[in-house]
Amino acid sequence: MELFFRKIAQLSASLVFVILAATTIVLYLSAKPAIEEFGVKFLFESRWGEEEKVELSPTELSDLESLEADKGAPINDDFIEDDDDFIMDDEDFITDDDMEFGDNKSRVVYGALVPIVGTVFSTLIAMLFSVPIAMGIAVFLSEIAPGALAKPVGIAIELLASIPSIIYGMWGLFYFGPFIAGLFGGNTVSLLVAGLVLGIMVIPFMAALSRDAITTVPDMLKESAYAMGATKLEVIKDVVFPYARSGIIGSIILSFGRALGETMAVAFVIGGVYQFAGKVTDPTNSIPVVLANSFAESSGLSLSVLFYLALILFVLSFIVIASAKVYFLRKK
Amino acid sequence: MKNMMEVKDLTFTYSGASEPSLKAISLPVEKNKVTALIGPSGCGKSTLLRGMNRIHDLYPGHRYEGAINLLNADEKAYTNILDIKKEAELIRLRQRVGMIFQKPTPFPMTIFENIAYGLRLSGVKKRTELQEVVEQSLRDAALWEEAKDRLSHDARGLSGGQQQRLCIARAIALKPEVILFDEPTSALDPISTLAIEEMISVLREQYSICIVTHNMQQAARISDYTGFMYLGEMIEFDQTDTIFMKPSQKQTEDYISGRFG
Repeated sequence: MELFFRKIAQLSASLVFVILAATTIVLYLSAKPAIEEFGVKFLFESRWGEEEKVELSPTELSDLESLEADKGAPINDDFIEDDDDFIMDDEDFITDDDMEFGDNKSRVVYGALVPIVGTVFSTLIAMLFSVPIAMGIAVFLSEIAPGALAKPVGIAIELLASIPSIIYGMWGLFYFGPFIAGLFGGNTVSLLVAGLVLGIMVIPFMAALSRDAITTVPDMLKESAYAMGATKLEVIKDVVFPYARSGIIGSIILSFGRALGETMAVAFVIGGVYQFAGKVTDPTNSIPVVLANSFAESSGLSLSVLFYLALILFVLSFIVIASAKVYFLRKK
Repeated sequence: MKNMMEVKDLTFTYSGASEPSLKAISLPVEKNKVTALIGPSGCGKSTLLRGMNRIHDLYPGHRYEGAINLLNADEKAYTNILDIKKEAELIRLRQRVGMIFQKPTPFPMTIFENIAYGLRLSGVKKRTELQEVVEQSLRDAALWEEAKDRLSHDARGLSGGQQQRLCIARAIALKPEVILFDEPTSALDPISTLAIEEMISVLREQYSICIVTHNMQQAARISDYTGFMYLGEMIEFDQTDTIFMKPSQKQTEDYISGRFG
């Protein structure tokens, strides 16, 4: 029985690694065609689903010329004009993989720069907005509010953290977006609205975690500071925050990771267009939103491109969480 | 005016409690002497001590009756610290009546900043002045030799005994009139305890000290006066020798001889 129990526990624990490894492998294998096609340039390419003419190497050119001679067709077929045929071309291009140079002399270019920038900036806006508010809530709940108030507000914060993100998205689209557009101008869906909705979403999460970190500060330590003649503000600033620092930073990083991967709330309010936001009130795109919006209509290389994008998001989140872990290990 | 502080008929009730935890307590704290409070757990000795710098007031709802008088700086009259209402005056009181806790409580900052913290709070900014006070306080707390090369290190890297001496240095950096010790050695090993005890007998020359201890031998070793408390009452207060050699109360004798507590 003892042995059985131990085996079961071991199995459950090793499952974590199996899942992690399986996810990574599947992501990588599915993304492989796109990685081979676009390489690292994918990260810095801002076009998405546009065709470009392929510049051919001399040998290919000569091949092509011989081909042309056989066919007797002109070289300069102008496919760019056929914008409507974009998806069809796309499919042609994938099925006739080895024919592409000979046949089309152009290819569809995908680049991740717009969604990457959109993801990073919407998350940064969310952080700028949520960190001060969440810290205020955490300090109020743990240090200032009397117990009779701190309990119900604390529970309300936890309830707020449990609201599904799609509800935040709907609320953002129908109420908050127009409100922000009225305030700052611009579109009702934009980078700014996405960032703020994300921020509102992670505030309860961050506040609850930070409050937990702050309540670990021993009463005796705070009393020692008061006994030196410190005021409440000085105790919070000089003793509470430095003492709870690693916990608070951890809560911020976890919230950052959460905001990075958030899909539904952002999908409603970011706009979903493949262009950079020149102003914060312009619509743009983010990685999870591209994924959610494009899977249904993708196949072949365009599907592989989505997996490549997912891999980027995976690595990005992994780096954020791993750096949090490293930070904690270093502190303790 | 040989008493630095006088507790008079103090009755103290914790927030929400129906019975008072201290019942009509009186206690003098004589100038440049060590006054010890002994008694079994829950007798109210820490509660009394925490009233003497009004650290109780951090938590709302507690009630005081009676008086705790503190000798004014001019040494001519007393002020009842229970009359203090303003935050700024409470802060001033806590700078005049320092406190050391059961466990070392180094602040999450460097050794230097720990000691300088109280001075910075009271508005001292000059680096040279801070340095002077930090060195002097560390010397008085017998920590200078061990700490002088690591002033810029985190204070939490010191050993437990060193941390407690740091807390004492931090308290005396403010030049308080009274220092309250709340079982200062209960978390320390015998050698560190001895070092703290030696320091207290030196500090007596400059400060008036009130110490709560659960260790009767400690009270016998370092104090001039001892008060024995039981169930919120001051059973007996006298010179330490008298309390330990020929106590007048049966309860005191029973406690001293280890029959209860």
